[in-house]
Amino acid sequence: MTPLLEVNHLKKHFPLKNQELFSREKPVLKAVDGISLSVNTGETLGLVGESGCGKSTAGRLMLKLLEPTEGEIYFKGQDITSVQGEQLRKLRQDMQIIFQDPYASLNPRKTIEKTIMEPMKIFNVPKSERQKKLDHLLDVVGLSPQHKERYPHEFSGGQRQRIGIARALALDPELVICDEPVSALDVSIQAQVINLMEELQDEFNLTYVFIAHDLSVVYHISDRVAVMYLGELVEIGDVHEVYNNPQHPYTQALLSAVPEANPDHERERILLTGDLPSPANPPTGCKFHTRCPIAQNICHAEAPRYKRVSENGQMAACHFAKEVVAQGT
Amino acid sequence: MDTDTPLLDVVNLHTHFFTKAGTVKAVDGIDFSVKPGETLGIVGESGSGKSITAMSILGLIPSPPGKIVDGGIYFKGENLLDKKEKQLRQIRGKEIGMVFQDPMTSLNPVFTVEKQMVETIRAHENFSKKQARDRSLELLNLVGIPDPKKRLTSYPHEFSGGMRQRIMIAIALACNPSLLIADEPTTALDVTIQAQILDLFRRMQRELDMGIIMITHDLGVVSEVCDRVMVMYAGKPAEFSETKNLFDHGKHPYTLGLMNSIPKITPEKHKLEAIDGVPPDLHGLPKGCSFAPRCKHVMESCLNIDPELKEVDNNHHVRCLLYEDSKEAVST
Repeated sequence: MTPLLEVNHLKKHFPLKNQELFSREKPVLKAVDGISLSVNTGETLGLVGESGCGKSTAGRLMLKLLEPTEGEIYFKGQDITSVQGEQLRKLRQDMQIIFQDPYASLNPRKTIEKTIMEPMKIFNVPKSERQKKLDHLLDVVGLSPQHKERYPHEFSGGQRQRIGIARALALDPELVICDEPVSALDVSIQAQVINLMEELQDEFNLTYVFIAHDLSVVYHISDRVAVMYLGELVEIGDVHEVYNNPQHPYTQALLSAVPEANPDHERERILLTGDLPSPANPPTGCKFHTRCPIAQNICHAEAPRYKRVSENGQMAACHFAKEVVAQGT
Repeated sequence: MDTDTPLLDVVNLHTHFFTKAGTVKAVDGIDFSVKPGETLGIVGESGSGKSITAMSILGLIPSPPGKIVDGGIYFKGENLLDKKEKQLRQIRGKEIGMVFQDPMTSLNPVFTVEKQMVETIRAHENFSKKQARDRSLELLNLVGIPDPKKRLTSYPHEFSGGMRQRIMIAIALACNPSLLIADEPTTALDVTIQAQILDLFRRMQRELDMGIIMITHDLGVVSEVCDRVMVMYAGKPAEFSETKNLFDHGKHPYTLGLMNSIPKITPEKHKLEAIDGVPPDLHGLPKGCSFAPRCKHVMESCLNIDPELKEVDNNHHVRCLLYEDSKEAVST
């Protein structure tokens, strides 16, 4: 089966301004630095990492909201890396995005009706259908028809996020990139929105790329998870496998740092020292070696390759991860 | 100081805001105390009044429109509400340290870290510039900033978020406060950095025997660092208990709802049990229990009677009609 979305060696380098006079090399910020992954129809891929690791940039590249520096993007088997103009516009029907900030992502001067109708208008959905679709969408995201005439400021954060979701679903997309959709919400509201997103996935057969920094939320909603560090994927695999048996020292540290709402549970904690290095000047070799508790000389010198670390295809990029040979080879 | 006498005793605090749209009872009757060496957690969602509680203790409520209309805040036996601004300034920053959520906006971007630290220290202690500088170095060392000598002359923008929060903690600890108020100190930080900062809090507390008030929305953080915890809803305490007891035997429907609505990393995945509805608008609180419109166990009486905070077990208080008679029920 061809995956719905596939990216190969995807890179995004942003040029930096403060270039030294007469220097030949243009300084760049390597926001995304060669990631490869695929997303299958109907599944949720979680994309986690700390701030500045490039997870949002990766999401935007997948939608072609940003032009990649290098690499390829395939959507339903078709190479969309260099698709432009009208073709790209058509493509966007099938891929939508939900943003983090429910306050900034809605136009304050448009009623909810207008906001949700706009994508349908752009894609010439017949007028007779629009109204029906709008009512249905409001219903599925848990808003009532009276809300149509209201403006965004009249809604709470959770309700606004529901409006954002309704807008994203207006054109029956297949792929929805969710960029921190619940992190601005209160805990009790967060659960409502997560449940809603799960229900909608079943109802509309959606595929999610779920970008978040909250590891418990990602665990809850994802089938597979990809962990990013400084623009690179360090580990990817089935969510249960990665969380229960992380092979990359960064994944291990990240998971052990999650505060757990259970005072009885004593755990061993791996405290990372230091901060995230700057993506404008990343360390050599393995990018994690400056904070890694098990770093050796080889880590400074050589970037690790991806190793298959479980029978089910969990992959990790670490010199010291134990490789599992796939059966039948 | 005797460990049984509380360091801070907040009695029946009411902080209201008088706005054009009406009176907002942001904090409406809370009592709690903090002992030396103890960490008290205050948990709640936005609008629950947890930050206003902190601001009230610090005497930082903007007035007008805000006013502490009733209650007392006793710090080492003296009521802070009777103090003049000048006296308060002596206590704030010296005896009571504070750390706010956003390390980006709490530091002044145009002064070096040295200048800001020396200023704080010299405002409270009779130190020479040299002494204040030495103390700053010592503090930066204490909170784990590498190469403090060099970093002292840096500006805030030259530090990462986690490092800035360490500097804020260093400033808060500058005069060896006996009480530290931390308002969402790790919310803006990544988990690996959060783990470092929480570890720092624990270490500082052990070394300095401080009382800490930790204000947060994250039950995970509470479970990691707090001895006792107060859950707030719409300006009032919903439940107050020792931390372990709260997680094992939490009683208030709101507390239980919060716990069930956070995703957990457990082998089986369950559907999250969300709390229906939205946090109430403090402009027009319903009659009766303010959680009633969202409560699963709502009874007819909940809509009319606003329950009192009742002790249901040793040091375990719940404000809910479901448990109105439970202490008697348990004892008989």
